Amino acid sequence: MAYSDKVLDHYNQPRNVGSLDKSSSKVGTGVVGAPECGDVMKLQIEVDGDRIVDAKFKTFGCGSAIASSSLATEWIKGKTLDEALEIRNTDIVQELSLPPVKIHCSVLAEDAIKAAVADFKAKAAQPKEVTKS
Amino acid sequence: MSTSHSISPSASAPIYMDYQATTPVDPRVLNEMLPYFGQSFGNAASRNHAFGWNAEAAVENAREEVAKILGASSKEIVFTSGSTEAINLAMKGIVEMYGEKGRHIITCEAEHKAVLDTAKHLEKHGCEVTYLKPGRDGRTTAADVAAAMRPDTVLVAIMWANNEVGTVNDIRGIGALCKEKGAFFFTDATQAVGKIPVDVEADHVDLLCLSAHKVYGPKGVGALYVRRRNPRVRLVAQMDGGGHERGMRSGTLNVPGIVGLGAACRIAREELASETERAIALRDRLEANITSRLDHVHFNGSREHRLPGCLNLSFSYVEGESLLMGINDIAVSSGSACTSASLEPSHVLRAMDVGDELAHSSIRFGIGRFTTEAEVDYAADRLVDVVKRLRAMSPLYEMVQEGIDLSTVNWQGGH
Repeated sequence: MAYSDKVLDHYNQPRNVGSLDKSSSKVGTGVVGAPECGDVMKLQIEVDGDRIVDAKFKTFGCGSAIASSSLATEWIKGKTLDEALEIRNTDIVQELSLPPVKIHCSVLAEDAIKAAVADFKAKAAQPKEVTKS
Repeated sequence: MSTSHSISPSASAPIYMDYQATTPVDPRVLNEMLPYFGQSFGNAASRNHAFGWNAEAAVENAREEVAKILGASSKEIVFTSGSTEAINLAMKGIVEMYGEKGRHIITCEAEHKAVLDTAKHLEKHGCEVTYLKPGRDGRTTAADVAAAMRPDTVLVAIMWANNEVGTVNDIRGIGALCKEKGAFFFTDATQAVGKIPVDVEADHVDLLCLSAHKVYGPKGVGALYVRRRNPRVRLVAQMDGGGHERGMRSGTLNVPGIVGLGAACRIAREELASETERAIALRDRLEANITSRLDHVHFNGSREHRLPGCLNLSFSYVEGESLLMGINDIAVSSGSACTSASLEPSHVLRAMDVGDELAHSSIRFGIGRFTTEAEVDYAADRLVDVVKRLRAMSPLYEMVQEGIDLSTVNWQGGH
């Protein structure tokens, strides 16, 4: 299978690989996919007010999955939570020129953004004391 | 005759380590083939002139060579377009000829798709098929077959050696069992011929297929061995026409291809011992170079019963296709699903209960006649680097480092 130049670029120089402190109240963590399916994405956001100031990812998956999550972190940095939730998998498909068999990679990246935002919101909704242990 | 043909990779070309998929034509084989495209172009079925006689002589010489590598007689060799055609002819031909004696077939889940799909076809035409599950090492034994054997079992189809993990089955034991029970024994020996000793008499094989392009011959040609004595095996032809190949396979013979198959079999037979020793040394060097520098590497297959040139490893927490992308200057195969549209990982590793996660992380390395020590060392270096890089960005590897048992995680989503 031939990869697009953009997929190769993200695979060779992935943006924002790493981890944020998942216990922090400012950090939302989304983990989607399953090892037996061949894809697991962990996407994390650090939020100040309602703006995403940092994003990190780690991905177990094919090159297109790595590129989709790398691109997702690049796009959501600097966006508000609501803006980040507007990103659609089809935007990722278009940007990376993903073939039909790789569309699930972009779906997973969209799901990872949503999961990270949901995790952050769930934390924010809890009383502060409860998050300490 | 000189040619511009070269099998050594150029500086920019990838290193070839996919010898179970196909092999380059040995230059010695090619040289023997070339005259049969040119001045000796005759039709082997032309009985009235020297063009035909020359072609026929060349075909009969090749038939002798194919027979020799199998321990068979040349009258037992039917030329085909390759293993897939030979498999279809053997399985469908047996069922059509002997179907009234029984319609039960025994095969294995780890077989090549050509066997499995032919079995599925026969199921639609009234056969009952038992698909044996291989052992964790990919092996099928005589005891496995014995447990499935029935009075109406007409055919047992078990491959000699597996193409993905290189496990060698208990052919002699299965052959003896089939002989005792009166079932025909067909073995797909595509990966075995020319790599390990094959003897249809000692191993009690009734039908066997092979393919030229797996043994440094050309693509598009292969053969089916059909036993002629003790017992005489008869087949219903699947290709109607001029009655070539004693009526078992009509169609003008592919003379240059058959000459190439014969030459490839002769060279493989003559060099079997030295080539085996060389392939084992390189294969073990490759494995040692990898496992001495990486943890969480799983060996897939059988340590005891295996082909010389095949090594299948799973690299935990790294997905196979992303690994292939990182070592794109080395041509290998992965059991990962992402390389296919089906999104299902290797059916062989699944049948072995390797687990889907490890199946997605598997790489098959094929060592062959033209593999060098320098290539093996380079491949190991590249692979170790890429696995380390991908593990550094793997959430699974991170979780394992944190002491999390991945089997206890409640995974969300996925397909």
